[in-house]
Amino acid sequence: MKISVASGKGGTGKTTISVNLALSIDNATLIDCDVEEPNCHLFFKEPMEKVKNIGIPIPVFDLDKCDRCGKCAEFCQYNAIAVIKDKLLFFEELCHGCGGCMIICPQDAITETEHTLGVIEKGGTHDMELYHGLLNIGEPFGVPIIKAVKDLAPPNKEAIFDSPPGTACPAVEAMSDSDFVILVTEPTPFGLHDLKLAVDVVKRIGTPFGVVVNRGGIGDDRVDRFCENENIPLLATIPNDLKIARLYSKGIPIVEGIPEYKQVFVGIYEDIKKIVKNKDTETKEVQ
Amino acid sequence: MKIAMTSKGKDLEAEVDTRFGRCVYFLIVDPDTMEFEAMENESASASGGAGPQAAQAISKKGVDVLITGNVGPNAYQALEASGIKVLTGSNGMIKDMIQKFKSGELDEAGGANVGSHAGMGGRR
Repeated sequence: MKISVASGKGGTGKTTISVNLALSIDNATLIDCDVEEPNCHLFFKEPMEKVKNIGIPIPVFDLDKCDRCGKCAEFCQYNAIAVIKDKLLFFEELCHGCGGCMIICPQDAITETEHTLGVIEKGGTHDMELYHGLLNIGEPFGVPIIKAVKDLAPPNKEAIFDSPPGTACPAVEAMSDSDFVILVTEPTPFGLHDLKLAVDVVKRIGTPFGVVVNRGGIGDDRVDRFCENENIPLLATIPNDLKIARLYSKGIPIVEGIPEYKQVFVGIYEDIKKIVKNKDTETKEVQ
Repeated sequence: MKIAMTSKGKDLEAEVDTRFGRCVYFLIVDPDTMEFEAMENESASASGGAGPQAAQAISKKGVDVLITGNVGPNAYQALEASGIKVLTGSNGMIKDMIQKFKSGELDEAGGANVGSHAGMGGRR
């Protein structure tokens, strides 16, 4: 089963939930999909090791063959190519690597080369593998790395995907193809506002989802009421506890510092299994 | 001679749009006769690369001079390739700017005068 941990708002505790959930499930794989700022590895002592580079194909133009017809520039949805008078300009940072220009060129003047976007690294513990992607500084486009790091989740095993914050392409990519999405929020007006945005996105993706409230006790009860009104399962509330904050600041997972918490995370996992199983049964009945 | 002006409206009384790639209209003006044509800027809503795309569009119109507020790095590179003379720092009414151009009061840009994405505004 694949479980994504997401949130609209940043800093609600996605990584906290992801790391502790992965450590509470036997033999799980943790995939950190926040390639702009991966941070799951901060909770593990072993250093991360490089697995491979990730890149996208970008065009190389043979200017002798090219007759400046401009069809490639016209085709490019990202305006990465411009043909002006007798000059061809290529703006590498705008290229999404779709390969369309190469197909469309009537002169066969375009070949491809690899442009490295970042790397994938591996770490974790003896019985919990961790993979993360790391986007090179200055690169604007992390989705290809997110796709590549997601692919490393072993099939037929439990995998937790720690998503980047927000509701744009990187977060949508990280949440796609999951069996379940956990939306982590905090019980504040900001938390609720961004939770609503995230709920809209997950509903459109069509994946079953539930909410975990982190730092319970701060703010108000509007998130609880929202979930109740919308029939969204509230999977757990992690209290705003100074002991948890202290462990976090030292890079110690909650379930290691306060082992009683393992029950909470196992509970979340069991609830998710039930919801996904019921959903599968429903789908079969409809078919 | 043909001048392209970035404009918020469709006539000479309109205000200069200080953005190049994402301006609302281009007014293509003949400064001698003051005859003009308003052209909608199709790059205004491009997801990216609005500057180079707008440069290609005005280059196709056979423009010699561009008068605008700001030009970013990719747009400048494309304008340079097109051989269009770039005059930045303009604001106010279109017809006043053309007068200033005629009396030689506008300076030629030596490069981009703003960073990438300057014309995209803040978050909505």
